[in-house]
Amino acid sequence: MRIKRIVPAPPLQDVFPSVDLSQMDALIARYKGKKGKLIPLLQGTQALFGYIPREAFLKLNRETGLSLSELYGVATFYAQFRLTPSGKHIIKMCHGTACHVQNVTAITDELLDFLEVKDGGTTADGLFTVETVACLGCCSLAPVMMVDEETHGKLTPKEAVKIIKEIRRNEIQ
Amino acid sequence: MKKTKVIVGLGSCGIAAGAGKTYQEFDRIRKADRLDFELRKTSCVGMCFREPLVEIIDDSGSYLYGQVDPSKADEIIEKHIKNFSPIPEYIVQSEKYPSADESFFEGQVKIALRNCGYMDPENIEEYEARSGYAAIRKIAGNHLSPETVIQMVIDSGLRGRGGGGFQTGLKWKFARNYDAPQKYVICNADEGDPGAFMDRSILEGDPHSVLEGMILCGYSIGASEGYIYCRAEYPLAIKRLNIALDQARTKGYLGKDLFGIRGFHFDIRIKEGAGAFVCGEETALIASIEGRRGMPRRRPPFPAQSGLWKSPTNINNVETLVNIPWIIFNGPEAYARLGTEKSKGTKVFALTGKIKHGGLVEVPMGITIKDIIYKLGGGIQGDKKFKAVQLGGPSGGCVPEYLSHTIVDYDSVTATGAIMGSGGMVVMDETTCVVDIARFFLDFTQKESCGKCTFCRIGTKRMLEILTRITEGEGQEGDIELLEELAQNIKDSSLCGLGQTAPNPVLTTLKYFRDEYEAHIRDKKCPALSCKKLLTYQVDPEKCTGCMSCTKGCPVDAIEGGKRETHFIHQDICIQCGVCFTRCKFGAIQIS
Repeated sequence: MRIKRIVPAPPLQDVFPSVDLSQMDALIARYKGKKGKLIPLLQGTQALFGYIPREAFLKLNRETGLSLSELYGVATFYAQFRLTPSGKHIIKMCHGTACHVQNVTAITDELLDFLEVKDGGTTADGLFTVETVACLGCCSLAPVMMVDEETHGKLTPKEAVKIIKEIRRNEIQ
Repeated sequence: MKKTKVIVGLGSCGIAAGAGKTYQEFDRIRKADRLDFELRKTSCVGMCFREPLVEIIDDSGSYLYGQVDPSKADEIIEKHIKNFSPIPEYIVQSEKYPSADESFFEGQVKIALRNCGYMDPENIEEYEARSGYAAIRKIAGNHLSPETVIQMVIDSGLRGRGGGGFQTGLKWKFARNYDAPQKYVICNADEGDPGAFMDRSILEGDPHSVLEGMILCGYSIGASEGYIYCRAEYPLAIKRLNIALDQARTKGYLGKDLFGIRGFHFDIRIKEGAGAFVCGEETALIASIEGRRGMPRRRPPFPAQSGLWKSPTNINNVETLVNIPWIIFNGPEAYARLGTEKSKGTKVFALTGKIKHGGLVEVPMGITIKDIIYKLGGGIQGDKKFKAVQLGGPSGGCVPEYLSHTIVDYDSVTATGAIMGSGGMVVMDETTCVVDIARFFLDFTQKESCGKCTFCRIGTKRMLEILTRITEGEGQEGDIELLEELAQNIKDSSLCGLGQTAPNPVLTTLKYFRDEYEAHIRDKKCPALSCKKLLTYQVDPEKCTGCMSCTKGCPVDAIEGGKRETHFIHQDICIQCGVCFTRCKFGAIQIS
C-alpha cells in the first residue's frame, strides 16, 4: 500500500498558488448526476491543475454531493492522483522488470543525485518532478524513462542526465 | 506500375525509438523532391529490437528495413526509391534478401496479432479489407443464435489470456444464463504486469478487432453496453481506441439494430484506469468503474451473476477478445487444431530482459521455452549463460535453465511453480541475481496490495524486509524458513489473486536456487555479482593508470593514490556504491 497524506490546511495558501476553481464548472456540469462519476471528476480536476488542490476537493463535495471521505479515499488509493503541485516536466523512470534487469536503478540514482531530489520530489526551480513508475510497456527498449509524453529508451546514466540538462538549458533561455 | 508505398511503424515503442523523426524525414524529402510515393503509418509488428521499422512495397516486392534513423531514411530514398536498388545490409525481412533476423518470424502463427503492423490502425477500411467485421456479418447473414456462437467459442477451446486460463466460452455461457434487463461486457485493458506489453500493442495496432470481439460477446450474452477499462499510462492506445469508436459509430457498427439484427443494440465506452495493479482483478476492476477504491470482494457471487452495477457482467482481457472474431470467421476447428490437448490456439509472449531479439512473438501452444528463447529470440545477449526465465510477472515464477524444455501450455507451466499469466517472459543471464529479482517482485506486490487482507498487507511487507536484509548482507539463519512460512500464510489467507500469488516469485526461486539464498546468508556473497552491498571492489594494479577519476568520484574518500600512482581502496571505508567501477575507463576496478 502506498501511503499518502493530505497536506494540512493552514500553511497551504502560502505554499501553493491559489487556483481558479471556476475552471471546474464545465467538468462538474458534464458528470453531475451520472453514475461512476467520481474517478473521471478527479481525473478532470487533475488535468486542469496538474494536481488536486484541497479547495477542489471541497468544491466537488459541495457541488456533487460526493462525500469528502469518498473523494479522498479514492484519490489516495490510485497512483495517478497527486495532492501537491508537480514540476513543469514530469520524469517517469520505468522500474518494470525488464528495466530492473537492465539496471535502471543506477540511472534513477544518478538522476536523483543530479537534480538533488528524492523519488517523487520536485526540484527547487520547479522544473522537474521525478517519479519511479511500474512498467511503461516499452520493455524491449529497456531501460526507459518518459519525460512528459516522450519516451527515451536504451538509456545510460550519462545519457539520462544529458537529456535533462538539455531540457533545463532550453527552459532557461 | 503501382505507386511505391512507404510504411512506418508508429507504435509506442517505435516512437520511443525515434520512428516519429523517421516519418517526418520521409515526409520532408517527399515534399522537397516532389517524389511520388505513398507514405503511410502502421503499428508494431513485434520486432522491437529493430525499431524503428520501415516497410517499402514496390512492384518488385516488399522490403522491411530495420533501425531506420533519419540519415538511413535519406539513404533509402536515394538508393531504393529513386534508383530501385534496395540496400541489403539494412533489410531485416524480404523474400529477395535473406536476413539473419528472419528467424524471429519462423514458427510464429499470428492470430491475435494478425493485423498488428500490417495495416493502419486509424483506418477502418483497411481493417475491413482484412476480413474486419466479417465475423459479426457471418453471424447476422446466417442467423446464428447467441447459443450457437457461444458453442463455437467453447469448441475452439479458447482460455482466458489474462492469466487465469478459464474457458472463455463457459464464462460467456454463465453470463448468458442469468436473466436481467441490463448486462455488460468489459474489456480488461489494465495491463499492469511489469514486463508484458502485448495488450498495448494490440490496442495500438488493431483497435477494431477489440471492438468486434466485444460486439460478438455482447450479442452472445445479451448485453447492450460495453466498457474498455484501459490504463491511463497508454495514451496512444486510448487515442486510437477513440478514433476506432468514432469510425465504428459512423459506419453504424455501434448503436441500434446492428448488422440488421433486430433488437441488437450495443455501444462501447472507454474508462481510464487510474493506476492500480490490483484493478486487473475482476471485482476490483468493477469497483473502479463504479468510482470506488479498487478493492476486490469475495466471490461468489461471480460477476457473471452480479457484476457492474449489480448486473450480469462478462470480463475478458484484450488478447482473449481479439481471438474471437478470428475463431468465428475461420471456424472453431481451425483454432482447436493448434496447440496442445488442454491449451488450444496460440499465445503472445513479450520477450524481454537479457535476450538478443526482444519483442512480441505469437506461437502455438506446445512450443518449448528453449525454442522461444533461442530460435525466435536469438539467444542471450553477449552470448552469456542462460540462467532462468521469469514467467507470469509478479504472480509467476522463475523457470531455471534445466527446465527450459518445458512446453508452454497452462498446465505444464503451472507444474513448474510459475504461471502462464499474461505472457511476460523476462530472460535472465548469469549476471542476474535471483534473490534480487524475488525482492524486486515483492517490492512491487507490496506497493500494489490494496490493503484489505492482513496477510497480504503486512505479510508481503515482512517478506520484503527479510529479502532486502538478505541482499544487503544482513541475512540470518532461519530467514529462509521464515520466508516459506510467511509465503504459505499469505497464500492461504488472501482474498484475491494478487495476494494468493504474491509469494510465487520467492517460492520458485527458493525451489530452484536455494543455494544462492544460502550463499547470500551464510557466506555473504552474491554469486551473480549483482547485490552491491555484498561485493568487494579492488584496484587491479596492472590496469590502473592513476588517472584519479575514481578518487574524485568516491563519495566517502575510500580511495588513496595521487596522479599516476596506483590507487588503493580502503575496504573499511568503502560503502560498495560502485561509483569507481562505472567511472573507471580502463577496467581496473575488479569486483568479487
